[in-house]
This record gives sequence, C-alpha cells and structure tokens, in this order.
Amino acid sequence: MSTQTQVEKRTPSEVGRTEQTWSGRYYAPNVDIAETRDELTVFADMPGVGAEDLDVRFENGELRIHGRVKPRQDEKVAYLLNEYSIGDFFRTFQISEAIDSEKISAEYRDGVLVLHLPKVERARPRKIDVKLK
Amino acid sequence: MFGNRANGFALGRLRDEVDRLFTGFAENFESAAPSRGFPLLNVWESEGSLHAEAEVPGLRMEDLEILVVGNELIIKGARDAGSDEAEGRVFHRRERGDGVFSRVVRLPIEIDAGKVSATLKDGILSIDLPKAEVAKPKRIEVRHGGK
Repeated sequence: MSTQTQVEKRTPSEVGRTEQTWSGRYYAPNVDIAETRDELTVFADMPGVGAEDLDVRFENGELRIHGRVKPRQDEKVAYLLNEYSIGDFFRTFQISEAIDSEKISAEYRDGVLVLHLPKVERARPRKIDVKLK
Repeated sequence: MFGNRANGFALGRLRDEVDRLFTGFAENFESAAPSRGFPLLNVWESEGSLHAEAEVPGLRMEDLEILVVGNELIIKGARDAGSDEAEGRVFHRRERGDGVFSRVVRLPIEIDAGKVSATLKDGILSIDLPKAEVAKPKRIEVRHGGK
C-alpha cells in the first residue's frame, strides 16, 4: 500500500510533505516543524530508536529520516492488550527553504529526534539599518 | 493449560477499561487509534508478572506518575512541546500534541502493588507488574491414585 499526501503550501517556507507508508513495517513519525529567523527545526517522535539506528539525509531539498526499531517483544507474545505496533519510522519532506546542508545538526533524546536546518545566509531576513542624515 | 485459561479470562477484562482524557492529546491520537487515549498500551503476561509498555516520546520519569490502585493501573503526566511564542518561532506543523493526560486501565488479575517497577528509555515506558501471590498459577501435583 502506498499513499501520497501533498499539503498545500501556505507560506514560502512551508515544508511540504511526501509520505509513503508500506503495510506492516514502517510508520510515519508525528512531527512538529518550527521556523525561526535562522533555521527550521523538526521535532519527530521516534520512540525506541537507538541513536546508532538513525539515518538522516538531506539531498536536493528532500529531507529523509529513517529510524530502525528492533523488536522489543518476542514475536510470538500473546498480547492481552495491543494498541500499537512496533516497526521502523520513515518519512520524507520537501524543503523549499534554502538550507545550508553542511550545517544541519541532529540530536536524539528521550525518543525525540530534533533536527536543526540552518537557512543559508541569503535566505535569512535582514534588518536594514536606515541612517538618518 | 493454566496459561490458556488465564489468557481467555484476561482478554475480556482488559477491554473493559476506563480512559480519562484531557486537553491536547485527544485530537492527535484519535486518528491513530480511535477512542483509546494516550498513551497507547501493549500489555502481555508472563508466569509471574504482567508487563505493560507505552510509547511516551519526549517524556522523562519526572513528567510521569504511575499508580496501581486496586486492580487499576493509572498513568498520568504532561507533555510540553513548546509554545509558538518561544524564541520568536512559528510552527508550520504541529502533529505531536501536548498537554495533560491520564489513562486508567483495569488489570485482569491482582497485582502486588508494592513490587511494581518502571523504566523509561528512549521514550519507551516499561512497567513490570508482579502478580499477587494469590494470582500466580499453582502447579498441582497429580499423583497416581492407589497402586
């Protein structure tokens, strides 16, 4: 199964998304995306991923995050209550803002991946000093 | 034999659960799992314990309160995902949800509340709920009658 969702862009810096889901194994993490003057910040809920199992790529304006999740219970376990499934996290985003890809940084803490995508210098809003004469 | 009987019984009882949900989380999590609340839970059983696991990304132990009252497991807490105003930032997308949550699950068997323990790692909450002595399966020795 494959679904594609295009989200209408509301502002020039809105981050569009392409989502793909495959039956079974992959789950799209919930994200918050914030913008400041200097960067876009992506917060992705990816519980149970070890830092060494995270793969983050940025190429041609596409941000791709993948977190491998190892099974935590025996696959034969008989759940008394089974409200969520366990599998890898995967999601891609189209970033229209000009990003300085050399300076992208990532942290993973308490099950949340935080990505800092600094804007290139020319994409930052500038305050123009007006000199009074 | 004992296991099968216990599982059949447990399943019916666990469905009978009480959820209380406050602001924030409701909208986001309803789409993922209708009317279940936050956090979502997986529960399974071993010989001596029940085990509960929940995904609670962004939470630390001090954000969580875990209680066992009678045969109810209660998980309460709050998540702060940051406000729009902070640091002059604007949110373009907010899917993660925040706010106060409280979840109550009725457990199918009696738990030794004094021995309940929980760990939290990478946003995965694991709760070990040892069964009360009376709830543990007893092996009955069957002796050959007469000889």
